[in-house]
This record gives sequence, C-alpha cells and structure tokens, in this order.
Amino acid sequence: MQLAIYLALAHRAEQTLADSFRVVGEGHAQQPDVLFTCRTLAGMSDDHVRRLAPIVRRYGERDDADADEPERLHAAGLAEVRSGPVGLLRDLQDLHVLGTLVQTTWTVVAQAAQGLRDRDLLELAQHANGETSRQLSWLNTRMKQAAPQALVVAE
Amino acid sequence: MDRIADIWGPRTPHPRGTVWPARVDQYLADGITESDVDRWVLSACLLCSNGCGCDIAVKDGRMVGVRGRATDVVNHGRLGPKGLYGSTAWAHSPDRLTRPLVRENGELVETDWDTAMARVTEVSRRLLDEKGPLSHGFYTSGQLFLEEYYTLAVIGKAGIGTPHMDGNTRLCTATAAASFKESFGADGQPGSYTDIEHCDAIFLYGHNMAETQTVLWSRILDRTRAADPPVIVCVDPRRTPVAAEAERTGGVHLAPRVGTNLALMNGLTRELFANGWVDEEWVARHTLGVDDLRAVVEPYTPDEVARICGVDADDLRRAARIFGTSGAVLSTVLQGFYQSHQATASAVAVHNLHLLRGLIGRPGSGILQMNGQPTAQNNRETGADGDLPGFRNWDNETHIRELAGLWNVDPLTIPHWAPPTHAMQIMSYAEEGSIGFLWISATNPAVSMPESARIRRILSGDRCFVVVQDLFLTETARLADVVLPAAGWGEKTGTFTNVNRTVHLSEQAVEPPGEARSDLDIFLAYARAMDFRDAAGEPLIRWRTAEEAFEAWREASRGRPVDYTGLSYAKLRGPTGIPWPVNEDAPEGTDRLYTDAVFPTATDYCETYGHDLLTGASVTEQEHRALRPDGRAFLKGAAWTPPHEETSDEYPLLYTTGRTVYQFHTRTKTSRSRSLNDAAPESWVELSPADAAGLGIAEGDLVRVESPRGSIEVKARVGQVMPGAVFAPFHYGSAGDDPPGQANELTMTVWDPVSKQPYFKTAACRVTKLRDGDGPAPAPTTAGSAPADAGVPPTEGGAATTSRSVPTPAYPNDPGVS
Repeated sequence: MQLAIYLALAHRAEQTLADSFRVVGEGHAQQPDVLFTCRTLAGMSDDHVRRLAPIVRRYGERDDADADEPERLHAAGLAEVRSGPVGLLRDLQDLHVLGTLVQTTWTVVAQAAQGLRDRDLLELAQHANGETSRQLSWLNTRMKQAAPQALVVAE
Repeated sequence: MDRIADIWGPRTPHPRGTVWPARVDQYLADGITESDVDRWVLSACLLCSNGCGCDIAVKDGRMVGVRGRATDVVNHGRLGPKGLYGSTAWAHSPDRLTRPLVRENGELVETDWDTAMARVTEVSRRLLDEKGPLSHGFYTSGQLFLEEYYTLAVIGKAGIGTPHMDGNTRLCTATAAASFKESFGADGQPGSYTDIEHCDAIFLYGHNMAETQTVLWSRILDRTRAADPPVIVCVDPRRTPVAAEAERTGGVHLAPRVGTNLALMNGLTRELFANGWVDEEWVARHTLGVDDLRAVVEPYTPDEVARICGVDADDLRRAARIFGTSGAVLSTVLQGFYQSHQATASAVAVHNLHLLRGLIGRPGSGILQMNGQPTAQNNRETGADGDLPGFRNWDNETHIRELAGLWNVDPLTIPHWAPPTHAMQIMSYAEEGSIGFLWISATNPAVSMPESARIRRILSGDRCFVVVQDLFLTETARLADVVLPAAGWGEKTGTFTNVNRTVHLSEQAVEPPGEARSDLDIFLAYARAMDFRDAAGEPLIRWRTAEEAFEAWREASRGRPVDYTGLSYAKLRGPTGIPWPVNEDAPEGTDRLYTDAVFPTATDYCETYGHDLLTGASVTEQEHRALRPDGRAFLKGAAWTPPHEETSDEYPLLYTTGRTVYQFHTRTKTSRSRSLNDAAPESWVELSPADAAGLGIAEGDLVRVESPRGSIEVKARVGQVMPGAVFAPFHYGSAGDDPPGQANELTMTVWDPVSKQPYFKTAACRVTKLRDGDGPAPAPTTAGSAPADAGVPPTEGGAATTSRSVPTPAYPNDPGVS
C-alpha cells in the first residue's frame, strides 16, 4: 500500500504551509490584517498536522526519498518575505500555490480513505480539505484587494 | 429644568402596547424667550444616531435654540442633553472657519476660494494624469447629508473611478452594515423603535444606550418604570445605567472580559439549542446553516463560557432563559460589540438568536444594530463609503451595469474589481505613498482613528496632499495642505436617515459665516472645475441644489431594498420623518422589515455573497448560487479566538475606549456648549476600586496609562468598570497638549476581518500613579462614569430648559394596541 507516501506528503506540506503563513504574517506585520489572519490560518494547518499524528502511527509515513519515483516539484516553503506592495502580492501567491498542493493532497488522501473505509481518516481529510479552502479563499480575496494598487500605482 | 443633572428628563410611564406619550423639550439660549423667536425651521437633531425630529429657533439670523417635534414618530417631542445644549452654540463660535486656507512655507494662510480650489484641482489633475484614479482617496463622515454623500459617491465612483472611498462610519457603524449583509443579504435595519412598546424583554449588547442615545433610553425607561415592564438584559464590562436597570427589572447584567463577546454569544446560542428554545419549523423554512451553527456553538457550555468570559454560569443560563422564553424580544447592539474583537461574528450572533426563535418582523421582536452617528446610514446607502449606491453588490455585473446606465459611464470606470477600500487601508496606502491625494470632509481622524501617532505622521507627511473640509480648524485640519470652510447643520439644506431608517429633511435656517459653503456646493465646485463628463460628453453631475441631488438619488434607489422613490422634499415637510422603503407598495413608509420573513438574499438581488466570519474571505457567486438562499436568512457562526493583544506582566490591564453622555465624536460641536463642556471638560480614565487600591490610586489622582503604542496622562476616576479593565473616553483631542490625553494614542491598528471596523477595545495597558489629585476626576457622576466614592459632588449646572406634556398625536407607523 502506497498511502504512507501521501500521508508523508500531507504532513510535510501542511507543516510547510503553517510555517510559511507565519513567515509571511510576521514579515508583513505592518499590514495587521495579514499578520493576524496568517496566524489564524497557520493554526488551522498546525491542527491538521496534530490530528494526522495518530493516523500516521497506524499507517506509517514514507518519505518521497524512499519512493521509487523521484520528487520533481519541490515545495520548500517561504523562509523570508519580499518587501513592498508587490512583494506582499507575490508572497500571498506563493502561499496559494502551497495551499493548492495541500488541498490536492487531501483530495487524494480522502479517496484512499474511502477505499479503505477508514472513517477517521476520511473525516480528517474532508475537514482539512474544507479548511484549506478557507485558507485559499482568504488568499484569493486579499490578492484581489491588493493587486490593483500594487501593480498600477505603487512604486 | 437642568438636563445636565437630569439626563433623561421626567418619566411618562405607560402600559405595554400603548403609544409613548408626547412631551416637548425645548432649549433657548440665555435671555431668549419664545416670543423673541422670529421663526422655527424644520430639522432633526444631528448629535447622535437617534434622529430626533426638531425645529431650530432663529432670531436675527442666528440659531438660538431647538425644540422637539411632538408629531415626529422618532422622539414624540423629546430631545436629549446633547441635542438641547449642543445643537446651536457652535454655529456662532468666534473660531469658525470663514475663509479657505492653503499651506505656504509650512504655514496655513487665508486665501480665496478660487486660489484654494485651483490648488486642489491642480494636484488632482496632475495625479490623475501621472498615476490614474487609484492615487485618489476620499474620507468622509457620519455627519454630512444624503445629498452630499451621493454627489461625492458619483464624483468618486463615476468621475474619477477610485475604490478608495470610505467614511468614519467605518469606525462607528461598519459592523452594523456588515452583520446585516451576512445574515439577511443586504443592509437595512429590521426593527423599529416602536418595538420598545411591544416587547417583553430587551437585550442591550455592548450598548450603553443611556448615554449614547438618551432619548431612546428615556423611551425604554417609560416602559421599565410602568406597571408591566419588560425585562432588561445588559452585556457590558461597566456597571452602566443600563446594567442597573437590568438588575432593577429582574434581568441580568453580564460583564464579559474585554475581548470575549463571541464566546458569550456562542454560549447563549448553545443554550437555545440545548433547551429546545428553537422554532424548528420556522428555522427550516426561513434560514440556512442551522446544522453548522449548532456544531460551532456546541463546545460553549455555560461552564466553558464562565471560564473564558469570567461571567457566572448561572447568569448566562438566566439570560438565555429570558431570551428563550419571552414572547417578544428586542435586541440592540453598539460599539461594545462593533469595536471589539470578532465584531461581525458577535453582531451576527445576535441575529442568529432571533432567527432561531423566529423573533423578527413582528411587533416587539426587533433588532436594532445601532449607528454611532446621525447620518452614517446615508453614507452606507449612497456609497460614499465602502459600499455601492443602493446596496448594490460590487461583485454583481448586473448591478454595476445598472449604475453605469444611471450615470451613463463605461461600467469599467466604476471600481468593482474588489471590495471598496476601507478606511484603515486607505491610510495604509497614503502611508506607502500610493494614495497621493486624500480629501477628508467633516471628520477628525487625527483624534478618532486608532494609534494616533501613526495617523498624525501620515497626514502631516509630504507624500500625500491632504484636503480638509470642516467647520473648525480641527486637529486634522491643522495637518492639511488645503482647508475648506464648510457650512454646518442649519446653514444648509439636506436629508438624513437615522438608525431605524427614518428619513428627515433639515432645512437651512441661517446663512453660513463668512465665505463658508455647504459641503454639497464644495463637491459640486470641484466636479465643475474637474469637468467630469459622461459617455455622451454631458456634465456627469447635472444637479445644482440639494433637492435636485435628492431626486437623482431617488432614482438610484429604485427597485432596491433602500427604496426612496416615494419620498420628496414636499412629503418630508409633513408632520414626521418617514422610514424607508417608501414606494408605491408602502406610500407612508415601512415601520418594520421582513414581516413576511423573506430576506434580500437571492443571488441576483443581494448586496453581498457573504464572507467567512473568521477570515473575511469572500464567498463567490457560484458558491452563493449553489446554496439557493432565495429569501432565506443565513445562520452563520464562528469559534471564539483570543484577542490580538492580551495582558502580560508588562501590560497587566485591558484597555477599552468609549463615549460619555455630554460629548459627541471629537467634541467639535459639544465642547462649544458651556453646559455640555462644563459637565465633562477634559479626559480621564476609569479604574475599578480593586485595581485602584492595588495601584495606590485614589479618585482624582494623576496617572499615566501606557500601551505598547503610546501613553496618556489623565486623572483617574475610581468607578464602575470591571476589575482588570481600564476605560477611557475617546472624544478628547490633544492639540497642543504634551503629553496628550487622547485615548487613541494607546489603541491598536487592527480591524475586524469582515466589517473592517477597527478594534478600539483591544489593547493591553499599565497604569501608574504620577501624583496626588487636587479634586475629583473631570468625569460625570450621572451615568456610566459614576464614582465609587459617594462624596464626589454631582454633575449639574446645565442651563434652563423646558419640558411640557402635550396631547399625544396619532402617529403613522405607530399603531399602539393592535
């Protein structure tokens, strides 16, 4: 069974997303809504990681490095932020890319959970998928708000 | 009668279901008698959001007093202390602005209108050429007239095409509007003041009505002091007169820790579910989202709420039982919720309680999400703030095409690609330098916005050209590049709409001083000078008078929830103000919305598709359409989260700001009334007796209050605030004071994710004693700021006013016993 690969992917991607939300929030703290919302959204991902732990104990997790296929797309997360209005926009966009990776991961995990009739995992995957949608919706909303000013007027 | 000492005037108690008796309150300036008055001019009071109908007394071309209009459905003739003493004194104050000012070599100097307006249009044109419309921002007020807001909305949204328009309504009433949109699909006050006469219980959430809307509170007192009183429930961290009345009527005073309102609301909601106080059939037919709401509130048991909020679990149960078992419940909400952590979610929770019991749209079962200012409602309606005219949805292409057709402009001119920019974001863009032209009218953000030092830095910097239009050289005007002298209330004609949708006409009574002009004339002059044109090459704005502007607005409102099409100036000269919608279906107006339990939530009609209450993320049109709301109201919940700044060893107390009964806004008018100003002449802070004792502070001692952002030095009132909290009135500016006494020096730059209203009530602070006082703090003794020490002399000494009983007329929309 290859589910362990995806549990590892979910674990790592959520952790990366949580850390990246915190980096972006702290890095753009002069925009207080970004700071505080990113903290809240990081908390959601932290919670998913926490709830994944007992499931990982059951199935194990296997890093991609051990898998037959080499990983081609690396999602390393954001270690530092860019500056200025366009920098904020690009940082939010990077978070969105990370978020979609997380979301498709949970979609795949939910499919497997149904195949396995694992209700605990299915519930977590659906819950996490829903919260990832909230993260993505906020990123989308905030990018739409910031884009005209950042791209047209700001220096 | 001294209405400083007797804030609410004499009682006229009356039984449930009967009409509130009429009583005419009147004030005339020193030495003037009724026979001296040349004429009385139709108006309504502009010194709180209640919207009391009044007449202005004129003698020798000066405004010399006011009297309540007995025939007006809002106030039945009454006026409060601010309206009586504060309405006219400012107008002939020697420090009125009478000529335009421009900045020359760093100093503001007097000039003529042509020079001042040329300077405005020169910068405006240059920036439009170089950077385009997004370089322009407009920050207005809750105190202009409808005609002025609508004119500015058309200039900004169709002439320039900038999304950066907001009002100080963002600070006072944005959450009221946002919560209506989330629950009911569009703005619009569901309830009516007449619900007071028909209800069995009144819940006041973060609403010290006794001080903020004194006339409405006297209406409540005339029921609670009758033989069959409604029960009052008060949610407030201070023991206000409302809290005292709750105890007197056998209700409950809940004092949640600052920053925990939503946990309390979730607890009340859970009790309705747990005790079966939910009208399941009504909920199934008229709402969406009950299962999600039930799941969200499930963790908030009374014990859990007690732990988070510091309230007694049995008090919570008692309050929930009153809500769950009373026949008709009226709820009112104000800044204690709007300016606090998780504002929109908490205000929405009030709607949820009513929806779960089906207590809406029926006499006595109303919701009053109050406004802080008298014309805030019009800013929301006409779209001079972060809304589109007529409660249209910026995300709905059909709504945008309607506006484009009305104004005959390209739909793409109208900024609708994202939500209109909120006030704090406008300041942020000005700080970054991408807004280079900011026009501020009739408001004083240097005092009223959070984190004052930052706002002063932005407005005084050279990155942004600032135009200020006001009655006086306010703290904000001092920082401007151009200052334009404006005519005030009574010096111009226009309409405005109060909290419960009642529209009043306020007619010009006197000429403005010197070269001061109405805000409408100033905006029209700018539009002419900028030569804004429509798609046919005709002038974009074709009206010249207030009445013509009103007629243009009337067309913009057609077919929308806020329908003014049945109103005219002639109709508004009648005996009373009239609540919208007024149209062919409701020619005499509408007392109460949603009597048919059909809400404006249909996807093609609603003002918004809604938001995630936790994050503010927008719901998309497809998501909304998939829910098929079709007239059903939304039940929306959110989990409580800790506030953005909590106490620490360094800052061990919670800091909260608020209002006092004798002052309004930043005191531009009220400080110029002797009676009002003497009653509350300067700033103070309030501490609980327990905290004061621990810090060695006695009544009247000079203290320093510090937060991570700034500090103030003021006298201490040892009073009624709950232990652990510190209260400061927000009205007082700091022109020339060092160190300042201005409450917003300490507040945070942080806002609600949905309404974008700043959280003035989220901050941690510490208090230290500087020296012994030489007398009590300058805080009133008469209301929420009452001292713990009974030895403090009472606040009194207002000029004489009269109050006389008159026969109670028949009020339209106020049916009495049904």
